[in-house]
Formats: sequence, C-alpha cells, structure tokens
Amino acid sequence: MSDETQSGPVLAADGTPLKQSLARSLRNQKMRALALIGPLLIFVLISFVIPIGSMLFRSVENGMVEQTIPLTVEALKDWDIDSGESPNEAVYQAFVEDMIVAIEAKKHTRLGTRLNYEQTGMSSLFRKSGRKIKRLDPQADAPFKDKLIDIDKKWGDAQTWAVIKTHSVKITNGYFLNAIDMQRTPEGAQAQPEDKRILITLFKRTLFMSLVITFSCIMLAYPVAWILANLPMRTANMLMILVLLPFWTSLLVRTSAWKVMLQQQGVINEVLVWLGIVADDARLVMINNQLGTIIAMTHILLPFMILPMYSVMQTIQPTYLRAAKSMGATNWTAFWRVYFPLSVPGIGAGSILVFILSIGYYITPEIVGGTKGVFISNRIAYHISSSLNWGLAAALGTILLAVVLILYWAYDKIVGIDNVKLG
Amino acid sequence: MSTKTKLLAIVAASVAASSLVAEEMTIVSWGGAYSKSQLRAYHEPYSEKSGVTIINDDSSAEAVAKLRAMNEAGNVTWDVVDVVAADAIRLCDEGLAMEIDADTQLAAAPDGTSASDDFGDLLVSDCFIPQIVYSTTFGYRTDLVGDTPPSNICDVFDLEAYPGKRSLEKRAINNMEWALLCDGVAKDDVYSVLETPEGQDQALAKLDTIKDSVVWWSAGADTPQLLADGEVIMGSTYNGRLFSVIEEQKQPVAMLWDAQVFDLDGWIIPTGLSEERKARALDYIMFATDTQRLADQAKYISYGPARKSSAPLVGKHADLGIDMAPHMPTDPENAKNTFLYNYEFWADYRDDIETKFQAWLAK
Amino acid sequence: MADLASEDAFVAFERVQKSYDGENLVVKDLNLSLPKGEFLTMLGPSGSGKTTCLMMLAGFETATHGEILLGGQSINNIPPHKRGIGMVFQNYALFPHMTVAENLSFPLEVRKIGKSDREAKVKRALDMVQMGEFGGRRPAQLSGGQQQRIALSRALVFEPELVLMDEPLGALDKQLREHMQFEITRLAHELGITTVYVTHDQTEALTMSDRVAVFDDGRIQQLAPPDQLYEEPENSFVAQFIGENNTLEGTVTSMAGNTCVVTLDDGEEIDAMPVNVSQVGERTKVSIRPERVEFNKDRLNADAHLVKATVKEFIYMGDVFRFRLSVAGNDDFIVKTRNAPDAVKLKPGETIDIGWLPQDCRALDA
Repeated sequence: MSDETQSGPVLAADGTPLKQSLARSLRNQKMRALALIGPLLIFVLISFVIPIGSMLFRSVENGMVEQTIPLTVEALKDWDIDSGESPNEAVYQAFVEDMIVAIEAKKHTRLGTRLNYEQTGMSSLFRKSGRKIKRLDPQADAPFKDKLIDIDKKWGDAQTWAVIKTHSVKITNGYFLNAIDMQRTPEGAQAQPEDKRILITLFKRTLFMSLVITFSCIMLAYPVAWILANLPMRTANMLMILVLLPFWTSLLVRTSAWKVMLQQQGVINEVLVWLGIVADDARLVMINNQLGTIIAMTHILLPFMILPMYSVMQTIQPTYLRAAKSMGATNWTAFWRVYFPLSVPGIGAGSILVFILSIGYYITPEIVGGTKGVFISNRIAYHISSSLNWGLAAALGTILLAVVLILYWAYDKIVGIDNVKLG
Repeated sequence: MSTKTKLLAIVAASVAASSLVAEEMTIVSWGGAYSKSQLRAYHEPYSEKSGVTIINDDSSAEAVAKLRAMNEAGNVTWDVVDVVAADAIRLCDEGLAMEIDADTQLAAAPDGTSASDDFGDLLVSDCFIPQIVYSTTFGYRTDLVGDTPPSNICDVFDLEAYPGKRSLEKRAINNMEWALLCDGVAKDDVYSVLETPEGQDQALAKLDTIKDSVVWWSAGADTPQLLADGEVIMGSTYNGRLFSVIEEQKQPVAMLWDAQVFDLDGWIIPTGLSEERKARALDYIMFATDTQRLADQAKYISYGPARKSSAPLVGKHADLGIDMAPHMPTDPENAKNTFLYNYEFWADYRDDIETKFQAWLAK
Repeated sequence: MADLASEDAFVAFERVQKSYDGENLVVKDLNLSLPKGEFLTMLGPSGSGKTTCLMMLAGFETATHGEILLGGQSINNIPPHKRGIGMVFQNYALFPHMTVAENLSFPLEVRKIGKSDREAKVKRALDMVQMGEFGGRRPAQLSGGQQQRIALSRALVFEPELVLMDEPLGALDKQLREHMQFEITRLAHELGITTVYVTHDQTEALTMSDRVAVFDDGRIQQLAPPDQLYEEPENSFVAQFIGENNTLEGTVTSMAGNTCVVTLDDGEEIDAMPVNVSQVGERTKVSIRPERVEFNKDRLNADAHLVKATVKEFIYMGDVFRFRLSVAGNDDFIVKTRNAPDAVKLKPGETIDIGWLPQDCRALDA
C-alpha cells in the first residue's frame, strides 16, 4: 500500500509503471481497430487521396521542359530575354545535343505538344525539325545557329526561345494563370487577349446555373418530400420507389429523353401548338440553351434533394404543427415559423449535395446545353480527352475544388454545418 | 482440401487463365454500325483464321486520353486502336503509338504494288495505318428546303434562301474552313488566311451571320437525329451516318457533297506491349488492312477504302444490295470539290483556334 | 353531479360520432358537458376513443356527426387556431429551434401582442411554473420535468379559458409525475381554467379530477366524481378498470329491495347490491373491493352469507397486508388489510370464512 504514497510513478501489480502497462493494453486495442479500418483506409488512400493529390500536383508540375532539354535550359540562363535578339551559339549547341538525345527517346514531340499550349506552332516546329536534327552530329556539324535557322526560321526568332525559357521552370503557375484567362509571359502574368477569354465566364456561369438548379430543386422537392413524409409508411415507400426510379435508367437515356420532350419539334411544343397556345412559327426554344440544362439537371438531381429532405421531415413530429395551431397560429404561420425552420437541415443537406453534384456535371450540359448552357466541367473534359492539356484541366479542377470548399466554409459560417442532416 | 492445396489450386487456375488471355486481343473502335462493319469484314475472318478471340471496346472517342493514362500507369490493356488520323499523329508525337513500316509490316497489293505506294499520301503519320476515307459533309431535308435544293457549301450560310436551323459540329475544325471559303477566300489560301488572327476573326465573323440559326452537335449521331426529327433543315456529319439515314431509314434527306472534308480513320498499335502481344497486333493489322479486307468493309458501311487497289473491288451493300460505289465520298461524282483535313495545320493551331472558337460560342 | 343542461355548459359534446374509415365508429354517440372551471379527465384504455374526443375538441379531427359546443357556440367549423384553446401534448411538442422564452412568446406573437406585454406575460408564465431562470435555454437542454413545466406554461401563457392535456405526464418518472399532478391541479384551480385531461392512468385520474369520464369502446361508461367512480362503479368494466377489484361470477337467485342473493358458479351464495341486474335468473359479475372484504371472525356479520376461502399467498407491503385467496374457483381473489396492531396474519393453506357488507358487493352486468 505504501506504493501509492510513493512520489515515483504508480506501478501495476507486476511492477511495471502503470502508464506503460496501460499503454500496452491500449495498443492492442488500437492495433485491432486499425486492422479493422485498414482496408477502408487503404482504399480511400488509393482511390481518393492519391488521385486528388496527383491532380493538385499536376496543375503546377512542369518538369518536362527541363528533363527533355536540360543543357538548353542551363544555357538559356545567360540569355537576356528582353534583348529581343536570338541567343548565341552556345544555346544552339546545347539544344542540338539535347534534341539528339530526346529524338532517340521520342520525347521531342511531347515537348512540342507541351509548348504548343503556350505558343501556337511549336508542335510542328519540333516535329518537323526533329526529322532533320536527327541527322546532325553534335561535334562534326557545329556551329548550329545558322543550320537550325535554315531548318526553320522560327529558330532565329527570339520569341521561340523566350517561350522555352519562360516555361522551363519546374513548378509553374502557368496552368493556373491559363485557368483564369491569363498567361505566363516573360513580363509576368498578363491577361489573355479578349477573344481567348472564356474560362472565367464559364466559372461564373457554372456557379450561377448550379445555384439556379439547386434553387429549383428545392422548390420542386419540398412539396414532394412533405407529401412523402406525411403519408402512411406503406404508401410513402411505394412513392419513394417512383422517386428513385430515375436512378434505374441510364443518365444518357434520361437526358436524351429531355431532348425529345423539349426540342422545337418535340412533345411539349407539339402539344402547345396543337392546343393553339403557341404559334407554329414561334415554337419555344427550350433546349440547347441554359433553360434546357436547368430543366434536365433539375430533373436528374431532384432525388438528391428529396431524399435528405424526406428523411429530415420524417423526424418532424406532426404535434409541432398542432401545437402551433393550438396556440393560434394559422396554417401558414405554423408552417413558416415552426415546420420550415425544422426542415432547414434537410434543405441544407440537399442543397449541398445538389450544388456540388451540379457544379461538376458535364454529360447533361454537353447534350442539352448548346453553347450557353455548358459548364466549366465541359472544358475540363475537353482538356482531359481532346486537347490533352492535363495541366490546365488539373488547374481548373483544383480551382473548382477550392470554390466548393470556400462555399462549404461559407455555408458553415452562415447556416452551420451541424445544421445539416442527411438522414 | 487443406488451405495450402487450395492456394495451389488458385494459383494453378490463374496461371491457366492468364494463358487463356494470351489467346485474346482487345481492339478499340467507335462502336455502332462502324464497329459492326469491322466485325464482319475483319474480326470474324481473322478469328476464324488465327483462333484469336477479339474483345471489342468502344472507347475510340477517348482513345488518346485513355492511352496516355494507361501509359502513365504502365499498364496498356489495348492491342489495336482505331483512331482518326489527327489523333494518330498526336499519339505518335506523344510516343504512345508505335511506328509501323508500311512496306515490311503490311501486305502488298495483289498486283505487287508496295503498301506504301498503295496507301500513298494517306500514310500521314509513321504510326498510322489508314483504313477508310470518310468525309464530313452536309445532309439536308429534301422536303424543307424549297424548290431549289442546296448545291453549294455556301448555301449553308445563306439564311435568306434557306431559312431554318442548321447543325454544325461544336468545334472549330471544318467550320472555320467552310466559313472562309464562303467569305471569298480561295480554297488554296484557306489555311494561310486561317493562320493569322485576322483570318480567324474573319471566319468567326462569317459564322456569326448564322450563329442564331445553328444547333451545335458533339456526337456523330446528333445531326441524323435532328434531320429525322425536322429540328434542322441541314447539318454536317459523317457521310456514313447520312447514308444510313437516307438508304436504311429512308428519311427525306439528301447529300450535299460540295466542299466535303476528307478525313482518315485507321489503326495504331500502342507502345509498351509485350513482344508477344505486339506480334499478334501486327499480324492482325497485316490481315485487316490488305486489299480485299478493306474492300469488304465497304459492303457494310459507306466509307471508302484507303488503298487504291481496293477501290475496284467495292461491290454491293451486304444487306441492301445497292451499289456502294456512288455512295463513297471518293466517287468522282461526289468528289468534285473536296478538302483534305490539314493535319499539320490543326496540330499546331487547334488549341489556339479552338479556344477562340469556344470563347466565341460562349458569347 | 348530474349532467348539466347544454346551455349552461361551457363545453358540450352533443351526439358526437367519429369514424375514420366509414365502417367502424371510434366514438359512438358521445354526450358530455362540463361547466366552467371544472377539471374533467377522460380515462380509458388505448383505443377507447378518449384522445379522438380531445382532438375533436381541439379541432384537429372533425366530428363525423353531432356537435361540439364551446361557450354555447358550435365550433365544428372553426379551425383550431381560432378556438383559443390551450393544449399540452403527450411529448410536450416544445419547438426545438426556439428558446424557452421564444416558445412561450410564440402564441402571443401570433396574437400580435406588443413586445413589452409579451415579455411581461412570458416572465409571469415562467415564474408560475418556477422556471423563470430558464428563458434563454433550448428545450433540449432541459430535463423531462422542466420541459413539462414549460409545455404547461406555454399552454397557459395566452390565458385560454379551456386547456386540453393529452397524457402530459406519461413520460415522467413516478415521483415527478406525482409532483406534477399536484402542480397542474393547483394551477388549474388557481387560474380557474376549465381543463380536459386525457390519461390512461387511473391514479392520475382519481387524484386530479373533479369528474372522470371512463371511456371504453367509443362510449363513456361512467361519468362521475372520483369517489363515486371507485366506490360505486356502474358496470363491470368500470369496476375492473378503476382500482383493484375482485370479480366473482354467478346468477341472481333472489332479489329483495336493495339486496339480492347471487349464487356463485360453485354453488355458494353471497349477498350483493343489485346495480345492473333487475330480475332473478340473470347472470352477473359481482365486484368487491379488496379492502372491503372482512375476514376477522369478530367482525363478520353472522346473518350474512359467508364464503369459504383458502389462503394462497401472503404479501407484506408495509402499510398494508395483501392476501391472495382462492374463492369460488377464483384464485386471484385479493384481500387487503391495514397493518394495525390487531391485524390478523393469515398463513397460506389456511381456510377461512370471508364476508362483506351487501352494499360493498355490487352485482353488475355479466
């Protein structure tokens, strides 16, 4: 018993310090817990953290120029970019040496593609010159300046070398600048010429339309969720199947169905003309524009609004409304002061879901959006699959992610994230 | 069975499975009627001859991006990929497609002409074996264009003579050329004009005159559907798609061959295949691009064979029984005024002009 | 207390019927009236129609037939929010998104009462239930008993003349419940409000009410003050439902004025007071309260019929002794006796004679 009054560490029955023996017994528990969540952890890491991390990194990563033509990049350091004159022979010598290695590894055309994002013409310059530089000998054929200018006069152009030098940094802000309609130039960041600015417009449009879609989802889903929550369980479950039914058909089919409905020779216009509400030569334009995107996406995302609303409304006891009415509130007051505030967590959860989903949507806007109804994600898809400018796509994706996080943060500040219930 | 023997059994089974995989190859193409024509003209006879099972993957639309991703991951699962020439050039530039020597690795024509002479100019990239010549051209609704049907590409830009909607592809390529052509630029000067910002502005200004009457498409199936629904009175798409609207679905649609743009579609073999798979892929390509096979494909779809030696062998449609020659974009009657997709130009200017075009669209 | 004529009544149900499905009546021909200031409890098992009656009075259910009057006016077509009736719900129904003070302020706001007035009334209502400190809290931060008090004061804050309570104490533990029973009756009487209280707890009904309406099968089985209800049940349902009760079955064999003789099924004869029987030969259930059974030989009336009983069990409960006897085939015949110095402690197995005053043994419907 004297142990306990000792000033030293408390000991366990076997004499080891109690803390140590506690830690040991907890370690087993922790290891077991870790083993249980291990598979999930690995899955999340592989399928989520690593891809997103690599996407974030790709938006600034620019090692290609230096890896492909290291000597040239080194030699260009001595060249004054503002001189307006082509660099000296040392640069050309280095460039030919680099290119011969790169051509062997078939890397020069990749570099051309990379630089073509910044300066039109680089792609064919590298491809065409590659065929001829291949035949040069780095020792015997020197000097190269005139030979290269003979191959293509662009090699005598200071602009060509300025582009190479400007984009030879390993970590670049170039993609992010492109993503906000700016460009990296030797003089620093500058705005794109007006006729090439599109991304900011698309960002704004994406945010605006996502808000409109979220809002129209709220308006349509609220009454549906209310009815579902107030019906007997059996009927509600039946109707819930109808709500979920769209999930069982392919997204493409649903979107194409809207085309059939909305186009000028489509079902709705035909009916309106037949009823005489709309003149035959003044059929409504409801597709290939923003309206089409809003209608189709509202329909597609509606279940994501209804479900959280429904599950929240289900927990609102009908006695709250009765209590309010017994205290003298009209139906409207009872709804607005009592029911509605209690349903806000459902609206919040649904809105976050719908907004985030719609901000990243691209199939539906692509099909029914025409030119005015496409989103930033359509540009991301274009840069991923068509232009192969993955760096720009990554930068756009990163900005989109940041916007979502900022809005999420703002929502937390204004409404409170604990005020969100998914079920 | 003990755990150990079970494990052994599993290992044995998977070894057996992987040796089975060795008898398979994955061929990537565009899907739909086009893949069907390849299946009947190439895949079925090849499987019969070699015993190789062919797996189809309809991913050609994203082939370049997917191949790049596969290459980065170091796991290329495709053996042969059908792509348009522009994509083949990019794949070659990126080192994602292997170079193929036409004369040693492809079959010569029956009369002994070497493959490189037989394909001629159509070998636009070292990595690309052309298969068909297709064209992007216009179709119009015969019942919606009045008494004088359009006969000139510039009728597309003539809203007075042909009021109504027209569908154009949602990208700069082809549209810019047509616009310049109809804005008084000579055919030979089109690309030198289009190189300059002023030329690009000129093309966009011309497109501006019909912008409000255009439905922009992004999938090849869109224009045929829009024509069939009467949503547009004329529209651009691939000639094979229009053939099926006209001849198979019997819709009141006719072709406007004027200023059709020829493009090539063909095979590439991805880099990074094992020697065994590479050999099989080359064997398939050798078979599938010989004179007879290319002529056979035209029985099922109205695209012109890429070999000169195949042209005389083009016969009747396998199901409709009609002569295919007059429906080929290369038929002299149809090819009075044509363009060949300018691969070099677009490889350089695509990013730049496409961005301007999209910015213009969004305005 | 006899039924009042409707015109004097503050609240009246006249021939009210209610059916949900068009086939079954949940409330069958209900007639009930209560004067201003009365505390009336509707007591009954679940499904007996008592809550439906309350909801019809509150306006949340409509009567299928008949009329409900409040202050002499028919309120059948008046929506709930215009009836001006205070209500306390089973689970309190305090609005979780409002503070206690906001909850109380709500009925005043919808009545467009000015801010300063509102604050004064809220404060008074909170003080009334000793919850003055809690105005700023959310309902979720309060204990069950505290929530109950808030619900009560919220129902009273707009000074309604009629307050309805739907099993308001059901969720509380026993001690708190007893305390709140007292609190509610005190408030009701102090404020002079008319109260209709629904419960399935008979103790609650007996201790709180001026009158109790016992519901079963959609009808009022008996409407009477608590003592009368307990001592003079009018039918075997009420006898069974209220308090502890012993039932013996038999046939009436003779009748003479205020007493009759019932021959039990095993042949024994007992004296009873005819309540629901009118002629000889009728089947009956006689009801005797456990504390009215006498087995002390000294006190048994030798003239009366005595019954043989076997002691099955003795339960010591402190203030009372409880015996389980076997009487005329009924093994659950309970007898209670006060723990007095001279109390007899029967032993299991003992056979005794038991008897009772004829007026304590009521011959009811079979």
